Amino acid sequence: MNFKPLFFYLFLLLVFGCKESHLYLEKIEGKQISISDSLPVKSDIEAFIKPYRAHIQKDLDSVLAYSADTYTKSDGEFNTAIGNFMADAVYDEANPIFKSRTGKNIDMVLLNHGGIRSIISKGNITTRTAFELMPFENTLLVVEMKGSQLDSLVDYLSKSKKAHPISKLKLVINKDFNIVEATINRKAIENNKTYYVATNDYLFNGGDNMNFFKPNDSVYNLNYKIRNALIDNFKKVDTIKPVIDDRFIQIK
Amino acid sequence: MKRRDFLQKTSVATGLLTLGGLGLQSFSTAPKTSKITILHTNDVHSHIDVFGPEDGRNANKGGVARRASLIESIRHENPNTLLLDAGDIFQGTPYFNYYGGELEFKLMSMLKYDASTIGNHDFDNGIDGLYAQLPHAKFDFICSNYDFSNTIMDTHTKPYRVFKKDNIKIGVFGLGIELDGLVDKNMYKETKYLNPLETAQEMSRILKENESCDLIVCLSHLGYDYKDNPNKISDLKLAAATKDIDLIIGGHTHTFLSKPAIVSNIEGKNMLVNQVGCYGINLGRIDFYFDSEKNKTANGTSIVI
Repeated sequence: MNFKPLFFYLFLLLVFGCKESHLYLEKIEGKQISISDSLPVKSDIEAFIKPYRAHIQKDLDSVLAYSADTYTKSDGEFNTAIGNFMADAVYDEANPIFKSRTGKNIDMVLLNHGGIRSIISKGNITTRTAFELMPFENTLLVVEMKGSQLDSLVDYLSKSKKAHPISKLKLVINKDFNIVEATINRKAIENNKTYYVATNDYLFNGGDNMNFFKPNDSVYNLNYKIRNALIDNFKKVDTIKPVIDDRFIQIK
Repeated sequence: MKRRDFLQKTSVATGLLTLGGLGLQSFSTAPKTSKITILHTNDVHSHIDVFGPEDGRNANKGGVARRASLIESIRHENPNTLLLDAGDIFQGTPYFNYYGGELEFKLMSMLKYDASTIGNHDFDNGIDGLYAQLPHAKFDFICSNYDFSNTIMDTHTKPYRVFKKDNIKIGVFGLGIELDGLVDKNMYKETKYLNPLETAQEMSRILKENESCDLIVCLSHLGYDYKDNPNKISDLKLAAATKDIDLIIGGHTHTFLSKPAIVSNIEGKNMLVNQVGCYGINLGRIDFYFDSEKNKTANGTSIVI
């Protein structure tokens, strides 16, 4: 048998057949497809999600407390019932944690008016209420501040013309928005005293132009979300009936 | 490989196959034509359910179970499909608050995602929270410009990956946004952010020269465009300053484009930048058609959008 032709063919095969043939990009087509209700639902995926969804729905709808009235952040000039509730709830839940870890007490709480993300409606309060009120994951921090540093905090509040939620701080301003009285625990703020201010990470980092916290290297992270503080508070109380009080007022 | 295409391609050798005693497996000849489909999402943000009928903006849109059926039908039409995500899988609905991302990863695995990059919100439960959910993800995390070597995520991400579909080599790399100022340091810990432009140049060189990729895709969470901040790196700037990247799949800015953007790269070659908004209400689809070199026309690659 003459093998010559075979070797020749094999040679051809190597050259033409096995050569990595080069492809070139001829055309690109791009588009966006809307995930609309005209698409069918894939049943195994839907079935997989179902128990997760059911658990969340059930949990979100679980009743934690009762609200005596409907509270919104727009009723009240310098303090609101809903804001007072939130700041006081944060104090009530956070202070025992801070005290057990550091032996110190929180002196005051500052949140922001914009952080009240919904109303509390009269009737049942559920976990969903807490998620609506505080949809963000912001966590509680306790910031160590000198009395002199607190002055800029107080100054910010006096000029802000907003009912930023506060607890344990009492503030009186005059018609020109100047401070008449600023007290913590019924005592005037002392320049050299150290105060422990509870707030959230968003505000500590300058959110809502609250630039008075920094620079500061004495910050205690409670690793406790504001929403969880609210949920824990709702679980403890039977009925909430916060009021607009005299913690921040203007003398006209 | 389609047998018919193979036979057409190797017509010169067909008469010999039996004679030479060589099976089809001996050859890895590319078929004459090929089509690669790339499907993508970004910033789904834990949106698993369809938006309710009363939603002000996105009523009745989105939903993973519907996206799943769409992806399935596209894969059926073209098995040479890659499914990618550009990050921010986490945060936005109670599914994340309750399950920490477990369901998001499990569903993406069921939908057979091939890879995702990492968005800033994927650090929302800390780098430990991200790490804790990794067992639920049966797809790769590709991130080229986060150095995780001093973190728990070390060895759990890839700087790039080469996928081979229908003999076409598709190189994918990923770019994350600068975390400082965006994410609390306590969350991302010792994650180091590397210059995305330099990283992109390095990655595209490796994928083109060392890995001989036919297509190079960048999964980016840098953001589409920052008009008010011209010094900030964005997908459009990255596209214009690099070469050999065929497609940038973007995220972060929740940009809804009416169609993918055609950008001229540093060599003057056109490429695509795309982003499909957010919350899983759209799926991006880019089809790449390959033909053999001998059919090449002078016009180069045509882009139809």
